[in-house]
Amino acid sequence: MFGAGGGTCSYREAEDADLIVMWGSNAREAHPIFFHHVLKAVRKGARMYAVDPRRTTSAQWADAWLGINVGSDISLANAIGREIIHAGLANTDFIARATSGFEAYAASVEPYTLEVAERDTGVPADLIRQLAHDYARAGRAQICWTLGITEHHNASDNVFALINLALLTGHVGRYGSGLVPLRGQNNVQGGGDMGALPNKLPGFQDVETDTDARARFEAVYGEPLPARRGWHLSQMFEAMERGELTACYIIGENPVRSEADTGRTKELLSGLEHLVVQDIFLTDTAAIADVVLPATATWCETEGTVTSSERRVQRVRKALDPPGGARDDIEIIGELARRLGANWGPVTAEQAWDELRSLSPMHGGMSYARLEALGGLQWPCYDEEHPGELFLHARLWEADPARRGAPAPFTPVSQEPPLDELSAEFPLRLTTGRRLDSFNTGVQSGKYATPIRRPETLNLSPEDAAELGVAESEVVRISSRRGSIEAPVHVDSTLRRGLAFMTLHFPEQVATNILTLDAWDPKSGTAEFKATAIRVDRIADIPAGGAGDEHAKVGA
Amino acid sequence: MSAVFVEAPKRLVDVTIDGATVRVPEGSTLLDACRQQGIDTPTLCFLENLTPVNVCRVCVVEVEGSRTLVPSCSRKVEPGMAVHTDSDRVRTSRRMVLEFLASTVDVSLAGPDVGRWMAEYGADPARYGDPAPPHQAGQRDAARPGEHPVPDGSAAATVAQPVKYDNDSYVRDYSRCILCYKCVEACGPDAQNTFAIAVAGRGFDARISTEFDVTLPDSACVYCGNCIGVCPTGALMFASEYRMRRDGTWDDDGQTVTTTVCPYCGVGCNLELHVQDNQIVKVTSPLDHDVTSGHLCVKGRFGFEFVQRRADAG
Repeated sequence: MFGAGGGTCSYREAEDADLIVMWGSNAREAHPIFFHHVLKAVRKGARMYAVDPRRTTSAQWADAWLGINVGSDISLANAIGREIIHAGLANTDFIARATSGFEAYAASVEPYTLEVAERDTGVPADLIRQLAHDYARAGRAQICWTLGITEHHNASDNVFALINLALLTGHVGRYGSGLVPLRGQNNVQGGGDMGALPNKLPGFQDVETDTDARARFEAVYGEPLPARRGWHLSQMFEAMERGELTACYIIGENPVRSEADTGRTKELLSGLEHLVVQDIFLTDTAAIADVVLPATATWCETEGTVTSSERRVQRVRKALDPPGGARDDIEIIGELARRLGANWGPVTAEQAWDELRSLSPMHGGMSYARLEALGGLQWPCYDEEHPGELFLHARLWEADPARRGAPAPFTPVSQEPPLDELSAEFPLRLTTGRRLDSFNTGVQSGKYATPIRRPETLNLSPEDAAELGVAESEVVRISSRRGSIEAPVHVDSTLRRGLAFMTLHFPEQVATNILTLDAWDPKSGTAEFKATAIRVDRIADIPAGGAGDEHAKVGA
Repeated sequence: MSAVFVEAPKRLVDVTIDGATVRVPEGSTLLDACRQQGIDTPTLCFLENLTPVNVCRVCVVEVEGSRTLVPSCSRKVEPGMAVHTDSDRVRTSRRMVLEFLASTVDVSLAGPDVGRWMAEYGADPARYGDPAPPHQAGQRDAARPGEHPVPDGSAAATVAQPVKYDNDSYVRDYSRCILCYKCVEACGPDAQNTFAIAVAGRGFDARISTEFDVTLPDSACVYCGNCIGVCPTGALMFASEYRMRRDGTWDDDGQTVTTTVCPYCGVGCNLELHVQDNQIVKVTSPLDHDVTSGHLCVKGRFGFEFVQRRADAG
């Protein structure tokens, strides 16, 4: 946000918030320990709103649940913004001092009346109005979101719509108020911070425009760096399609299972001239690789650091000896470099980290000694005297314009429906998400047993199940414009009519991503896992040799 | 604006403990003040990350002017309080608490402190006679309030009963339960807010129970294991630890504990991996880690097996 990709708040601030909006986030199941902090706030009297198509286990703790139609978030956010402006609740002092582009934003939200938003989102106008007024009036308010906001073709616009609300009300840059994107994996934040983005060097330094930063890296690396951005994941697949990307080195990722539109993903990876996979398992992606490099598990078999959703860099440590043949990622990369002609010698995690600290100013003060002594540090942390920052953007509240710095821009955005349109043939909206006990494609979570694990199901609203004439546990055919799969039905009263739900946790049982669309957001490269148009057919009603079973995979 | 949130300063309060003046921040408990003085104060139901429930009464101290002994874990300091931690009343009360508990409950896994306190206060649980025969499975769970048969005094009543082993994640050995309520607090309002367990029954029949005494898999339990994390007596235990102890392979001295970060979502919970013979045998989280306060979810607590089952297909 405003230049650096990180949540503005610390978890403990949630405990002191007066109002928390969980928007497209089922943290109760996907981020359970963050939700403990939210529950502390709720128990202290904070109001909580849940914006989610499903009445999730998080929404069940909310004062009000806004059961939104999938993909109508911008209409809702803009209507909230319009209502705040029209009710005279905008923080005009903050807007004048610390933001830019308000006039254009105000004009852009003008068409989003409560009535328009009610039509787009399915949320009653009164409830939208109530959220708008509560959010604007709260002393400390946070908006927390997860993949319900970002796994859409217009993910970045969704995020801008929420940032606009924080700027409109001054709910950013103060203790307890802020914008909280919860990261889905233990080092997604760290990956971005370390420059695993197409256009950034470590520390969010732009590879194209920040020539000084690039020069510093070149001086340390002793090599010129290309001054142009690379591709993000979705662009890489498109480049494979065009034949421009012919070799791929995949570390710790299982795209055959995790990417949308499995059929296309597998075809493109199989068609590469050379595919190298470095992983702790022989995943489905590793199974089609030319070379597999067995790696150690970073969280318990090696030394290093990861960065959490509150920008906290913490140490991971070696607790186990890895299985024979598995090697540390740093060692593998070093060995690869040696064979490519760059002999770095042995590199420890701490040495790699110290080099990073010398090049990324926001990590400068984070020595291993301090990380050990302080239980981690939150960036930015510029030098060894700096305590790290509990929350970001306090500068926006400075009286002195010089200290306040560049204003934070409003970014007008407009509502766009999901790309995979509903039709008479595909009348149901399928959305995806996580369950408490499982994680992503199950490579990690599938290996432990727990009494709460249930196999994959197609969750349907009671109304749709009745209309389709399907019973609990009945195996049905589920089809999208890309393929068909079969799964048993679970009648789920947390779903509204027209909405269906599946997870991605059990690809060997039900390959949900055969259905999903690989349309992606041009700004972030995130695929639209959250909005697929499907139809559901009873097996008995499908004529023999029926269409659409080209990718069919029968449920276990 | 300060980058780091600073709380309002606290006033300091003077109290007298065993004749010495102790100065502590307002809002501190008498236990905080005793610990600041280096006074060894026994606690069983107290834990830093839970709200005190004052049930074990082993931390009691004498406050001048107070008719009854007060639990130091929850009583806040007040200016001018005069406190005695080693009077006859205090020593007798602590001895009786430890004696009653140790005569009815198996405290053999309650840690070295309990044995030290028993010696310190002269607790002699054996003086109540030989233990009564253990209860049958389900017998204590079937007890109804007001229907407690009066024992004849020929043997010491106990809570001994078979272990509840109804799932592969963790066991409940209520022969070891001192009813400290910590598991109920962690499952309930202090952390997890799942409310799968509560205290059922009255008096000596009181016990920790799921709703209607259903098995754990039939209860609201979500297997976060936060009850195990706070249990002080080994009544709640990883099934793997239970099996290893039963088979005689559990080796406290042969274990290492390494703090790292959970491999699942991006919250960044610290995990303490307890490792024996290159296998993770238990997972905990540091109580003073401000992300978790010692509490985890089912993935963090139990989801580690994938690193130990690499031979299986991916």
